[in-house]
Amino acid sequence: MSGFRLADGGLIDRSRPLKFTFDGKAYTGYAGDTLASALLANGVRLFGRSFKYHRPRGVLSAGHEEPNALVELREGARREPNVKATAVELYDGLVARSQNRWPSLAFDAMAVNGLLKPIFSAGFYYKTFMWPASFWEKLYEPVIRRAAGLGRASGVEDPDTYERSNAFCDVLVVGAGPAGLMAALTAARAGADVILCEDQPRVGGQLLSDREFIDGRPAPEWAVSAAAELAALPNVRIMLRTTVTAAFDGCFAALERVSDHYPEPSAFQPRQRFWRIVAKRTILAAGSTERPLAFPDNDRPGIMLSSAVRTYLNRFGVAAGRVAAIYTSTDDGWLTARDFLRAGLTPVVLVDTRASAPAAFADVAKAVPIMLEGAVLGTEGAKGLSAIIVAAGGAQKRFEVDALAVSGGFNPAIQLASHFGGKPSWSENISAFLAGGTAQGVEPAGAAAGVFGLAEIFAEAAAAGAACAAAQGFAAPAPKLPTVAQTSTAGSLAAWRPNPAKDGKIFVDFQHDVTASDVVLAHREGYRSVEHLKRYTTLGMATEQGRTANISALAMMAQLTGRTIPETGVTLARPPVVPLALGAVAGDHRRGAFRPVRETAIHALSSEAGAPFVDVGQWKRPQYFPIPEDADLAATAAREVETVRTRVGVTDVSTLGKIEVLGADAGVFLDRVCATRASAIRPGRCGYFVMLREDGFMMDDGMIARFAPDHFLVYASTAHAASVYRHMLFCRQALWPELDVNLAAVTDGWAQFAIAGPRSPAVVQALVDAPRAITRTVFPPMSAAELTICDGVPARLCALSFSGERAFEVAVPAGYGAALFRRILDVGAAYGIAPYGSEAMGVMRIEKGHPAGSEINGQTTAYDLGLARALSKDKDHIGRVLSARPALNDRKRARLVGLTPLDPNDRLRAGAHVVETGVAPSAASDLGWLSSAAWSPTLRSFIALGFVSGGPDRLGDEVRIFDPVRGGDCAARIVAPCFYDPNGERPRV
Amino acid sequence: MTFSGFQLLRNALNGGTGWTPHWRKAEPKPAYDVVIVGGGGHGLATAHYLAKDFGVNNVAVIEKGWIGSGNAGRNTTIIRSNYLLPGNIPFYELGMKLWEGLEQDLNYNAMVSQRGVLNLCHSDAQRDAFARRGNAMRLHGVDAELIDREAVRGMAPYLDFDNARFPIIGGLVQRRGGTARHDAVVWGYARAADKRGVDIIENCEATGLRSEGGKIVGVETTKGFVGANRVGLSVAGNSSRVAALADMRLPIETYALQAFVTESIKPLIDCVVTFGAGHFYISQSDKGSLVFGGDLDPFPSYAQRGSLHVFSDVAENAMAVMPMLGRLRILRSWGGVMDMSMDGSPIIDATPIEGLFFNGGWCYGGFKATPAAGFCFAHLIAKGEPHQAAAPFRLDRFATGRVIDEKGVGATPNLH
Repeated sequence: MSGFRLADGGLIDRSRPLKFTFDGKAYTGYAGDTLASALLANGVRLFGRSFKYHRPRGVLSAGHEEPNALVELREGARREPNVKATAVELYDGLVARSQNRWPSLAFDAMAVNGLLKPIFSAGFYYKTFMWPASFWEKLYEPVIRRAAGLGRASGVEDPDTYERSNAFCDVLVVGAGPAGLMAALTAARAGADVILCEDQPRVGGQLLSDREFIDGRPAPEWAVSAAAELAALPNVRIMLRTTVTAAFDGCFAALERVSDHYPEPSAFQPRQRFWRIVAKRTILAAGSTERPLAFPDNDRPGIMLSSAVRTYLNRFGVAAGRVAAIYTSTDDGWLTARDFLRAGLTPVVLVDTRASAPAAFADVAKAVPIMLEGAVLGTEGAKGLSAIIVAAGGAQKRFEVDALAVSGGFNPAIQLASHFGGKPSWSENISAFLAGGTAQGVEPAGAAAGVFGLAEIFAEAAAAGAACAAAQGFAAPAPKLPTVAQTSTAGSLAAWRPNPAKDGKIFVDFQHDVTASDVVLAHREGYRSVEHLKRYTTLGMATEQGRTANISALAMMAQLTGRTIPETGVTLARPPVVPLALGAVAGDHRRGAFRPVRETAIHALSSEAGAPFVDVGQWKRPQYFPIPEDADLAATAAREVETVRTRVGVTDVSTLGKIEVLGADAGVFLDRVCATRASAIRPGRCGYFVMLREDGFMMDDGMIARFAPDHFLVYASTAHAASVYRHMLFCRQALWPELDVNLAAVTDGWAQFAIAGPRSPAVVQALVDAPRAITRTVFPPMSAAELTICDGVPARLCALSFSGERAFEVAVPAGYGAALFRRILDVGAAYGIAPYGSEAMGVMRIEKGHPAGSEINGQTTAYDLGLARALSKDKDHIGRVLSARPALNDRKRARLVGLTPLDPNDRLRAGAHVVETGVAPSAASDLGWLSSAAWSPTLRSFIALGFVSGGPDRLGDEVRIFDPVRGGDCAARIVAPCFYDPNGERPRV
Repeated sequence: MTFSGFQLLRNALNGGTGWTPHWRKAEPKPAYDVVIVGGGGHGLATAHYLAKDFGVNNVAVIEKGWIGSGNAGRNTTIIRSNYLLPGNIPFYELGMKLWEGLEQDLNYNAMVSQRGVLNLCHSDAQRDAFARRGNAMRLHGVDAELIDREAVRGMAPYLDFDNARFPIIGGLVQRRGGTARHDAVVWGYARAADKRGVDIIENCEATGLRSEGGKIVGVETTKGFVGANRVGLSVAGNSSRVAALADMRLPIETYALQAFVTESIKPLIDCVVTFGAGHFYISQSDKGSLVFGGDLDPFPSYAQRGSLHVFSDVAENAMAVMPMLGRLRILRSWGGVMDMSMDGSPIIDATPIEGLFFNGGWCYGGFKATPAAGFCFAHLIAKGEPHQAAAPFRLDRFATGRVIDEKGVGATPNLH
């Protein structure tokens, strides 16, 4: 005996049958079904197994509150675990499997856990598996991990795509049930921009589940016409299959399930779209969730929430069973009894925990055997319900049934309001928590506000819609309220009757198998705060987020401690309201689009030339320009270095940060930001700068070019370009807004190339427009000019050297970059030019001892880097005071030195540590580390820059280079950090 | 009661009626030798070690809510000692050793799981920085391995090795690192401290710190005045507010950090994995949930909730490194409130008020530090001088310049 499809009725399309499989068996449903309704219609009762005891479980609900009917949906890379069958729209070809069972759903060997239940109580893990200590990772934990978990992830990349999008409105209405529709109508008619989000594929909410009549028509028809009116308004957007799932300060997040009702997304459609919605006001009309009742063996397949039974009857045309009973503490059970009667099924008994029958249900009382002040004492059935034992008036009675509808009251869906941190308040009236306060313009309406009668819902929702519109200046006309028959679902919380012999079978959290006896144990062991109860027993942490579990457990704890429910406390709902796929939240920021790729003007040219690229922040920089004659990339780097050192090379330095500083106070500004005196740089010249952080540590160093008295250009390092600009903006805007200075980051606006080597002046001379001469006297090192090159292309030229050779940096608007690079190679051919990459540039800067990103790493000071003398002593600047702190000027600090291996072929690697020789390497003998290292083709030796405690005082000392994580260990000597042309003569020749 | 196989069996047979509260619901006595303000992991660990190792048993821990209601229960449960700087390594390694013996010490299974911590690197420069860190760890006697891309693939084949924006080139592994069950750490310390006579007083908020002549004499609370010879503040997340009760201004700013769990799934991710080209860390709990987090919310806040752009950013990071996560669902997210110090490192020190001690400024790192912070704070309170491993964590380091800036971003608390 089990559920079946009624001969007619329901909002399904019986002309469109859909085929699907569950655990390999083929079934047929109809368009409009959920997976759960279709399986129930096919007589399936057993949907899954519980988390811990592997108890057989069926369907409890008809929505996102489902704790039991979880399945693995789809196959292969699209397999998705823990999908609630009650929230899956059926489509043709759907494939679902049961999960967390072995070998099969019907026979699950892990059900043996149920026999060990007396041991596996709440908190069991904390008391055991400690002996012997080493067995935890080796034995106990692996076993526990394998047994735990629910469904299986696909384990491979999700083939579907996702999008993110933004929307804005005056009034956001969450939920298109009676309250949401009425509120949206009122606000929209007044002229407010309205977004109406509905989780389901159709509007109507609870109206789809009940046999109400509105204005004389069946309620779903009224919902359709209300939606049609809304859809016709230009200021309304209705978003179906869209769940507003999280509230943040200033916005909401919503998930639109664009393609989940298809086997796979159609071409160019995402699977889901993640919305950020900014609304001035929000009406929370998300309805409510029914609570089950606590009684022994209340988890058998066939036991279902009363409102869900009605949803299956009225919306899907499916009866939950052939012989049904009802157990209720609210009027909702009576509504369900009435709908059963209308469907031609007479419940065998209606058990109400209350003392008197509700007056409005005289028809039900006449047709169905009623037991007042009754209780279900137990249930029977191996893999599904077969009988219930009922007590009333001192007698016990057994009824053979295959379905039991239960109703323990309703929890308003206030989660979104709770996301703002508002503490829910207990309503004695409806025995449930309501949203506390009206956080950030969120106004609950309808069942979400604890209002259950349809007439009141319409009246209050209309008033809420009007108020939201009016608050933004839209006068709402007096709402036309539909006429409805008065209904009620008043009810009270049923008391739990503690019974040590049975409590272990009263399930409170169905999915996690938390029982009344676990609540008793938590109480006994002192876990009485509701948060402790939750954490100790795992109550409410299941995939339904405690919707069906929390209040029952709270009521039990209140009873045990002799406190009221509000005194016992409540847990705050945390985002999201409905679990949210990570892929959807990430949107299209995936794979290569995770972060922007920054390419320089010569990216394509470099790529054609076969250059490998290196990631530097978001930039891609060409690392080498190999030619066929190079034995390997090391040979390429050596050849490129030699080219620069003996002839001329060209490299792309566009990634350097370029910050324009303009205005009458530009020099004053830079003098304060920089530790060096920028204002002393004359127009037409460049100067070295050092920038300190507020705390006195190095921020960056580089060059500043001055093109005019009120125009400087700061060249920040690639690594620090963004943070330097941010810092400068902060200084300008927050520290010294009175200065007449403006900043602009133009890094991407200019392509810039370094032309370096003894023959570089001739190459540059061939580029610049006449009559400018590039000679040692006319354009000496550190000159800067704005000029034209290549017949009128605006350019900036600086005589700067990073390589240690005579060199120039020429910049043109980025659009000319590729052409200029080709031109440089063309005109340079006569001088033996070759392009060089970031690797050769790095080798040359190490040979010259210039600090770069691994030296200026945020932990080093100008003193450490040997730059203390560059700091100007006669002016104030950022970082001046704190850079004088004693520990920052300690001679024993790890300070910059050069290191050369005693055997030039001993490989040095950055990251190796420098330790004393002659003693065992240890923390005590640790002197410092290597920050940069390279093979120097010029010196024919490995060389390194590093930081050594008191290093500059120990030049010539022998130390040990210790690199245990890479197996490196060799002897080296401390030397001065500049290995090549220490007096800097070459750029001047 | 001591947990044992015998007790388990006995209670399985008698319906669990033999179990007793894990800690007494104590009410404050008029005075104690030591009052610890803050019943989080750190405060309770401090009380435990005071009683167990330093012979100070007349101790109260006062907690404004329920124990463990702050950051002890709002973290991603990772434990590790894979630090770079000599100021940090000995401290976190002391913590690691205490973690390794925690269950036996507490007679409570906190599920300390040494599943390994794998930090991914994505550039040569980052690999070299990892080498420097790994070498520093080895020099301090801490386990560290630098592994290449293929070895990473062996440990975590599901990472994006083919289409990543930032390719994985290797990783730094600390096999002794892992996770622990955060709530159980709190309860285990509470139970062990209670057993040694410590009063744990919940729902008791400190409303004032009373001192006379520059010396602390007790704590004003919502349950009345509680006298104390020495008072330890262990209220990370609220440090600035509580220190203000003693007119102290701390080098700390307060920010929210979000964390996330997915629905429970069968074993998928074995060790702790961190992504080096963004900021993302993930592990899988014994229950089957993936637990992960990313960057701080960048603006100061005491609200225990986060903002959408960080929420999204964390998901982007997740997808960048583990594209298989796309269809798995975030079940819950929450915000913890972080004491962000000016150098990203904590403070365990005496204060200008005699007898008043401070433990805070834990930034992201408070959970893993729980045992070491408790032990060192107990040492400081009992002996009046810092434990050697925590000696660098002084308040005056910002004046002297002896800062411990692991990340190298300076006095910018929201970037640590």
